[in-house]
Amino acid sequence: MNQPREQEVPPRLALAHISKSFPGVKANEDVSLSVRPGEIHALLGENGAGKSTLVKIIYGVQQADEGTISWNGSPVSIPSPKAARKLGIGMVFQHFSLFDAMTVIENIALGLDEAVDREELKQRVATILQSYSLPLDPEREVHTLSVGERQRIEIVRCLLQKPKLLIMDEPTSVLTPQEVERLFATLRQIAAEGCSILYISHKLHEIKALCDSATILRGGRVVASCDPKVETTRRMAELMIGAELRKIEHGKAAGSGAVRLEVKGLSLPGEPPFGTDLESVSFEARAGEILGIAGVAGNGQAELLTALSGEQLAGDALAIKLDGEAIGLEGAGARRALGLACVPEERNGHAAVPDFSLADNGVLTARHRLPLAPHGFISRGNVKRFADNVIKLFDVRTTGNAALASSLSGGNLQKFIMGREIGQQPAVLVVSQPTWGVDAGAAAAIRQELVDLAAKGSAVVVISQDLDELLELADRLCVINEGRLSAPRPVASLGIDEIGLMMGGVHGAETAHA
Amino acid sequence: MTSAMLVSILMTLIAASTPLLLASLGELVAEKSGVLNLGVEGMMLCGAVAGFAVAFSTGSTGIGLIAAIIAGVAASMIFAVLALSLMANQVATGLALTIFGIGASSLIGAGFVGRTITRLQPVFPAMLSEHPLLRVIFGHDILVYLSFALVAAVGWFLRRTRPGLILRAVGENDASAHAIGYPVIAIRYAAVAFGGALAGLGGAYFSLALTPMWADRLTAGRGWIALALVVFSAWKPGRLLLGAYLFGAVMTLELQLKAAGVTWFAPEVLAMAPYLATIAVLTMMSLGRKTGRLDAPACLGKPFSAS
Repeated sequence: MNQPREQEVPPRLALAHISKSFPGVKANEDVSLSVRPGEIHALLGENGAGKSTLVKIIYGVQQADEGTISWNGSPVSIPSPKAARKLGIGMVFQHFSLFDAMTVIENIALGLDEAVDREELKQRVATILQSYSLPLDPEREVHTLSVGERQRIEIVRCLLQKPKLLIMDEPTSVLTPQEVERLFATLRQIAAEGCSILYISHKLHEIKALCDSATILRGGRVVASCDPKVETTRRMAELMIGAELRKIEHGKAAGSGAVRLEVKGLSLPGEPPFGTDLESVSFEARAGEILGIAGVAGNGQAELLTALSGEQLAGDALAIKLDGEAIGLEGAGARRALGLACVPEERNGHAAVPDFSLADNGVLTARHRLPLAPHGFISRGNVKRFADNVIKLFDVRTTGNAALASSLSGGNLQKFIMGREIGQQPAVLVVSQPTWGVDAGAAAAIRQELVDLAAKGSAVVVISQDLDELLELADRLCVINEGRLSAPRPVASLGIDEIGLMMGGVHGAETAHA
Repeated sequence: MTSAMLVSILMTLIAASTPLLLASLGELVAEKSGVLNLGVEGMMLCGAVAGFAVAFSTGSTGIGLIAAIIAGVAASMIFAVLALSLMANQVATGLALTIFGIGASSLIGAGFVGRTITRLQPVFPAMLSEHPLLRVIFGHDILVYLSFALVAAVGWFLRRTRPGLILRAVGENDASAHAIGYPVIAIRYAAVAFGGALAGLGGAYFSLALTPMWADRLTAGRGWIALALVVFSAWKPGRLLLGAYLFGAVMTLELQLKAAGVTWFAPEVLAMAPYLATIAVLTMMSLGRKTGRLDAPACLGKPFSAS
């Protein structure tokens, strides 16, 4: 436990021996921690470690079975979120409560407990935006905003209540690296003004960069407290997962195999209003290699993925070649049958149908290569066997092949989707954001699967914003920027600064495209 | 054209447009909260027959109007319980409500067919509307003025007030509204009840003001036009006013052509015009797609459960 170093100042928030059970699960057991005024305290743990339950207890959404909560040194009960807000506790949830068709200021007004005069609210919001230098136009409609800007709305909602403790639940899981930097600057300023922050995450390098202290949860219990600035990331990861972290094992020298996917001069207009035009994108992926495509979101990654998957046809059959065969004018099903599998970024609704069972979701893409629906009739037995196999091999935590896709956590659904595609032994696998919002253990497993697939002779293309992930996985790396792709470079020869510059749009002299 | 003819046409136009405006304005509010109630025609008929029956029995059109409101709300509550509390499919429930309304109004109205009452009187004293042009302004009953006032009031409510903001929020994203702590179902009940009240009044306009005589299926499908009108208006009260008078004008023209005995052109074609116009507007909206989305409330027609 953190010993309060300055005895005269009581901790802003202190939890003592908090326990909470749900039927069949102990979500929290004997959890104690304390947060000093102005401290940024990390709550670290994998999905299911009990982080969410704990913060829900602090925010009054749920009540603890046992234990006490102290606020500024005196015990309190927090029966509802409203009571929490009254004490000065604000929370930014992972899933925003926003209204797309409404303006920023209307969204902020809806988040307040009491009615505030429109003009006065505008004034107060303007003051906050200015003092924290948050770029956000109060009159814009939410659906035109980026995820980072949407998160700022939630932060402003909290700051309007003048919080003493701000809880951030996985705030960076959907942000670009630049947006993360900006968020951290804001959080540091909020903390410097004396507000404590409880920062929930499983991203260790972020916790190292931001937090003053960390409490690590596993299986509902506190397994360690540490100073993240001193502790190694590897040690923290192992504490969090409770096992030795598997190191990704790369195969033999990659990049010398035959060209499996060749893209040449692929140009496609983006879909208005927010699409990016692809301009003469060219690259090739060889058997046995992982090609990484880095870039800040919205630079054409989504368009590239749909162009490769066949949802958007290239204007020219020769623009995309799979094992030498021109497939630019083939549709998605034909491309799958030939062995080009794609995993889009959005799991629910794009990669999987949320209201379908896992078994049915398996049929949707695997039927092209596996005998799941011979002659158009679904073979129930084969379908179930296939789904069960994926569930077993990829360690998908679920109640079985009849579970709805929407009932799985993001990480588990991603494992199922990856398993579904890898299980078809594709010639080429294109995957976007493979570990987005996935906890560390599952992420490591997914990355290992990608490496193994490449080792078996497939070509793998990974589109990701996570540079660490790309540096770990990829053999060669290129950067997509405003719809143009740089020439690939061997990862071994690249420094992270250089990639950062490439992502920002400063192409090196030799990265002439096409 | 004489000024008398012009005045007569304008009076017919206003009379044709007012029930459309009332009923569609109520439906607009319900749809803004995320509820698609296709039972407008049924609720209008319930209002029409209740208003007529009560006005006939009591001799007071005022009490008849109140009865029409109550009947409209009551009909809408059948829908609300089924579609909101029991989460029945809104489209099917709304259609059923219309069929129910047609049957119930026939049953209740069976004894009143052909009976007449004193029609709803103009609000202002007769001397003000002696001059034909003044008559266009001052010669109407309370529902005409009320319909204009309500357009302004609903527009102001939705745009400018906090309850209006919350109502739109519920229609836009029920899950978020619930997460923040707003009572989604209760708000939708209120919106549906308002829709029922205005549909009842719209129906009563037929039986108490337009033709002070009961006939079966008196509203003649105006409830469907009101539904089309809400889409046509892109869920904006101002455009709804415009649309109601546009559709009203088309219907007036149809009547005038029929009365004039025009043979070179089938006036029935004009009866199709409102629907064709709605399809045209929908097509233009999705072709334009500047914002990448239609203006419909995002949760329109979706059932919501708090758990």
